[in-house]
Amino acid sequence: MQEQPFIHRGLGRVWQEVWQTRRGLRHGLVIGGVALFLALGGLLEIFSKREVIGNVLSMGTALLMLLAFFAGLQASATVRKEADRPTPLLLAGAFSGVIVGLLLALLALLVSQVNLRDIFVYATPALVELLTLGLSLEQAIPVLIGGGAVLGALGAAYRYLPALLRRMAGAGVGLLFLVSLLRELVQDLLVNQGLPRAQQGFFFAGKGLSPWGVLILLGIGAGWVFLRPYFRRWLSTPTGRLIGLSLEGWAALYIALVLLERLVLIWRPDVASVSLIVRLALWAGGAVVWSLLLALNAPWRRQVQERFQGPRSSRVAHTFLLVNVLLILPLLLGIRWSDVLDNIGLYVLMGLGLNIVVGFAGLLDLGYVAFFAIGAYTAGFLTSLRAQDFSVRGVIGWPFWAAWPVAILLAALAGILLGIPVLRMRGDYLAIVTLGFGEIIQKLANSDLLKPYIGGAQGILDIPKPVLGDKPLVGSQELYYLIFFSVLLVIYISLRLAPSRIGRAWMAMREDEDVAEAMGIHLVSYKLLAFAVGAAFSGMAGAIFASKLSSIFPNSFSLLISINVLCLIIVGGMGSIPGVVIGALILVGLPEVLQEFAEYRLLFYGALLVFMMLARPEGFWPARRHFRLGAEEVEKPAARIG
Amino acid sequence: MALLTARGVTKRFGGLVAVNRFDFDIEEGAIVSLIGPNGAGKTTFFNCVTGFYRPEEGEIVFRGVPLVGLSPDRIARLGIARTYQNIRLFPKMTVLENVLVGQHHLLKANFLGIVLGTPSGKALERAAERLQSGDSSTWRKGLGVFLKDLSRTLQEAGHLLLGTPDLAAEEERAREEARHLLDFVGLRGQEEELAQNLPYGAQRRLEIARALASRPRLLLLDEPTAGMNPREVEEMMDLIRRLRREQGLTIFLIEHRMKVVMGISDRVTVLDYGVKIAEGTPEEIQNNPRVIEAYLGKRRVA
Repeated sequence: MQEQPFIHRGLGRVWQEVWQTRRGLRHGLVIGGVALFLALGGLLEIFSKREVIGNVLSMGTALLMLLAFFAGLQASATVRKEADRPTPLLLAGAFSGVIVGLLLALLALLVSQVNLRDIFVYATPALVELLTLGLSLEQAIPVLIGGGAVLGALGAAYRYLPALLRRMAGAGVGLLFLVSLLRELVQDLLVNQGLPRAQQGFFFAGKGLSPWGVLILLGIGAGWVFLRPYFRRWLSTPTGRLIGLSLEGWAALYIALVLLERLVLIWRPDVASVSLIVRLALWAGGAVVWSLLLALNAPWRRQVQERFQGPRSSRVAHTFLLVNVLLILPLLLGIRWSDVLDNIGLYVLMGLGLNIVVGFAGLLDLGYVAFFAIGAYTAGFLTSLRAQDFSVRGVIGWPFWAAWPVAILLAALAGILLGIPVLRMRGDYLAIVTLGFGEIIQKLANSDLLKPYIGGAQGILDIPKPVLGDKPLVGSQELYYLIFFSVLLVIYISLRLAPSRIGRAWMAMREDEDVAEAMGIHLVSYKLLAFAVGAAFSGMAGAIFASKLSSIFPNSFSLLISINVLCLIIVGGMGSIPGVVIGALILVGLPEVLQEFAEYRLLFYGALLVFMMLARPEGFWPARRHFRLGAEEVEKPAARIG
Repeated sequence: MALLTARGVTKRFGGLVAVNRFDFDIEEGAIVSLIGPNGAGKTTFFNCVTGFYRPEEGEIVFRGVPLVGLSPDRIARLGIARTYQNIRLFPKMTVLENVLVGQHHLLKANFLGIVLGTPSGKALERAAERLQSGDSSTWRKGLGVFLKDLSRTLQEAGHLLLGTPDLAAEEERAREEARHLLDFVGLRGQEEELAQNLPYGAQRRLEIARALASRPRLLLLDEPTAGMNPREVEEMMDLIRRLRREQGLTIFLIEHRMKVVMGISDRVTVLDYGVKIAEGTPEEIQNNPRVIEAYLGKRRVA
């Protein structure tokens, strides 16, 4: 390198630093593009109807701020980080923030001057008001650009924070956003606990949180990250373990006793006066026994000790607590959210069934809704209390409990019947044929041919609820328990099958059909078994669905349900049982919580699937998580062959 | 007597005759090699034996049972297991699971047995044993005896109702045997690894372990040393000899490496364009003028 005069070197250095700023451009444009998409797609407007801080900061504005911040963060990652020279980093961050702000300002200007509504329906004056934060256009443009610069620079500066602080801030803001999104749910939950909305002013204000609420949530998020390692260490000490497990057991026991009390009061309302005392007494007694069992250390009780001090006791406590929380959930959440839980549960049932067909046995079935429909129609046909004019049958009027097994068996039988013609097909061909089967079933339900029996387009009406003893399970809260125990049963069956001879045969078929056959696996019977079991689970869900809605129509069984179920097992993780539950929570539960986004549901699915395939192709909870050797070892065989 | 006999086996693909009126015998307990230039029809004959292809003419008889027309899974259950030229494991299953799939037809667990199962009976029995062991008091011992009786009754009832005796024990035995086989091929301690993550040589050996798991009488190895370095080849030859010595297996292999073929075979058969051109001991083959002309001769010149 050539020696240069001192002053040139200095100037060159400064120029280099300034020139690095250009690196902000790309990320500014990308993130700005995202912001424009959100604005013109109408999502910004929907977000703005929710607030983070009541009457102060809407979620839309907060989202734009986060985007500028994120642009700064991303842009600064392209510049080399030097501890003593933060300027280039900050400049690049600020520049990207400016780009985002500029794009938004330009959009506001454009929308206010030109009528774009023929193309973009959401390019309305309301959008301009959102983008300009309620200021006039002349005031807003410098605010947007300046704000973008500040936020972008903050995003870049964020990289200079110590890792712990960064995680604390991230957790705090994340929690804040989560609670703002789920505000309705949280408020309903509190109302159900006897705290009317009027009294929630301390935490909530307007359509968002109160400043106190914001501070508390930030504190909880940050504190959680900060204290977690200490907490975990404490929990691993004998005392911490004893106290932790004791508390966990006490909580679970208390919930269990509350549930038990409820149950007893249904049948024996006359004992209400003493139930509280009995409950507390039982709780105290049980709590003491549990803690004593945990605390016992006498050497002659080695077995007892192993059982209650070892990992087994924590598993017992975790499971007990989890089951009890799940059992009391509908009581806490109320009718509306219990209905959401019911829908999630039905999708979990179907997902577990399809998981056996697609996840275990590797048979891509796109007509899965057919078995759901068969289950629903069988149950409806057998239980319906109305004999309609067009009907050639009288009222069969079976109780639900009699119709349910028949529905399950018929669905399983349909699974086998569908399986027979597709035995020789693999992959895409199988998918297309099953797709057709799903469509055929829906068309049949709609047809005149079967109209006398199942009502054609008018469907089947007056399907009664399941009756337990003398109490019909009318509401969504009662049905939740039916669905919950069905899900438990199906999970149990799946868990038993997965590591067994049958589960292994399915997986071998999925991996390599020819080799599986050469290893002595009878493909025909195992394929049919997979179809039958998957269909049975779906039929089980269908029967509950029919009874839950009281009436069923062919339109309820569209292709979209098959697609949804398939999506949820892909998102959760193929072949993974917890993955199905997580997938259902994300794909069925989340859209219910975010009602306003209903019309963006498919957009959300699409975006999520693209994201999953790029970032986590194995799903959120993959079936196997021990890829210890990693990708480089996988390459080896191929490399050595040559 | 011959374990496997093939008479006049012919397999055509369109106009191409891949295997042409092939006669072949394997004596029980022998190591027999099938060699020939690429495309000579060796693997095609393998596929005919294992039921993956159906020969147009001829018959193949294994221990008195005609194989032509049987499905691959039937043939596997009769006692023929194979490995593949390009390794075909179940990549996303663990090493142990791969071997367990091999045992598939030896296990009895059925759907109802698995779902309803009798692990509770087994757990009861274990609890009973724990109660009885050591310096327990009298009432603990008594309780233990009672629990043991109860568990026996439960298990027998399960056996009667479901036809699956002692599922947990069966599974346990299967795993035990799978570990033993992995030990035999030198894969101990890698049971929980995914098959796709194993190095090449280990994948070959796992494939053999999986084939052995079905307790075959006849093992078909399709180029077991392909792509291996000299040391791995030595190990593989050693393993094949041990298979015969320790497991009493009859082995039929396709191989290109003359060192392996001549080193371990009792008999060698040479195929060229689907036609058998020679058969005999390794020495006879090495000195057979037709073979030298068609196969070895070319290589010597080269």
